[in-house]
Amino acid sequence: MSQTAPRPEQPFEQPWHAAAFALTVHLHERGLFSWTEWADSLATALADNGKAGNLDGGDDYYTAWLAALQRRLAEGGVTGEDEISAMMAAWTEAYLTTPHGHPVTLGG
Amino acid sequence: MRKTVTVSTSQIFCILIRSSATCIRANTGRWTGAGKPAQDNAMPHDHHDDNPHRLLPSEPALRVKALETILVEKGLIDPAALDAIIDLYERDIGPQIGAGLVARAWNDPEFRAALLTDADRVITELGHGGRQGEHVVVVENTPDTHNLVVCTLCSCYPWPLLGIPPGWYKSDSYRARAVREPRAVLAEFGVTLAEGTTARVWDSTAEIRYLVLPMRPEGTEGLDEAALASLVTRDSMIGAGLPRSAGTAA
Repeated sequence: MSQTAPRPEQPFEQPWHAAAFALTVHLHERGLFSWTEWADSLATALADNGKAGNLDGGDDYYTAWLAALQRRLAEGGVTGEDEISAMMAAWTEAYLTTPHGHPVTLGG
Repeated sequence: MRKTVTVSTSQIFCILIRSSATCIRANTGRWTGAGKPAQDNAMPHDHHDDNPHRLLPSEPALRVKALETILVEKGLIDPAALDAIIDLYERDIGPQIGAGLVARAWNDPEFRAALLTDADRVITELGHGGRQGEHVVVVENTPDTHNLVVCTLCSCYPWPLLGIPPGWYKSDSYRARAVREPRAVLAEFGVTLAEGTTARVWDSTAEIRYLVLPMRPEGTEGLDEAALASLVTRDSMIGAGLPRSAGTAA
């Protein structure tokens, strides 16, 4: 049946959608939150983001997903905006200063 | 009604707006990487473009990357496990799994009865059990009743059987309208219900996910399970479509 049934076109439109999804599933499997807690957080983020206009279920859906994940991590005392912003700055710096043709790594 | 829950929780948690606004702004950024989400190996200058700002990942992509780094440093995640989860959903899990169940149910009355009575047991035995501890309920279309599945609050969906939901399933429009005006929504998907057919809408939750068992198309007697499975579309298992007709079997 797997030869004949249609394959999903493209489960994730963007690599970061896949990464955010995988992070959440993995953290749930590691016991950081229950799936019910997660669904509540996602529903709240979708409702909040939807106030600015109808969400189309693409990029804006994963934007809400990411907001929900950060919310869960903040509530669990795992990490917060300050630490995340600092790490984003470090990665930005790494991207901007990595020489031609080299993989982008932190502190290297 | 769950609608009222939506309103009250969004008021209570309006503190979220600050971080949401940040993310929405970030959406204007463009993802410049290509291929798989193995971003650590990105070569920023591979594109023969000398403006490094254009080669930066988008704001949300950087944010996810930062989260990954922080969580790895804290020992909370295993990067290999993340890749395995993505691979699973990109390669192995998709509507073909649900289609196999539907085809077998069409051909095997005992299996059909078991699926409708205790889908959890059947699915677990076949190795398609869920990772979030959810229950699966299979609802059967009949000449009298057409079933349609939605998640009004977020995007709960039988992942292990159908994979990642399509964009429209996650959209505000579908989530709001499926319950309110199912016949109109179905018509937009090209499904026109007969006068006497009732549209029944199932609202998924984190605990219960629904799979629709569509009606077997006419003229498919004698087809084997593989041929039958090729008629079963993803949308038909959400209720937003019908199986393909007999002449299109693979």
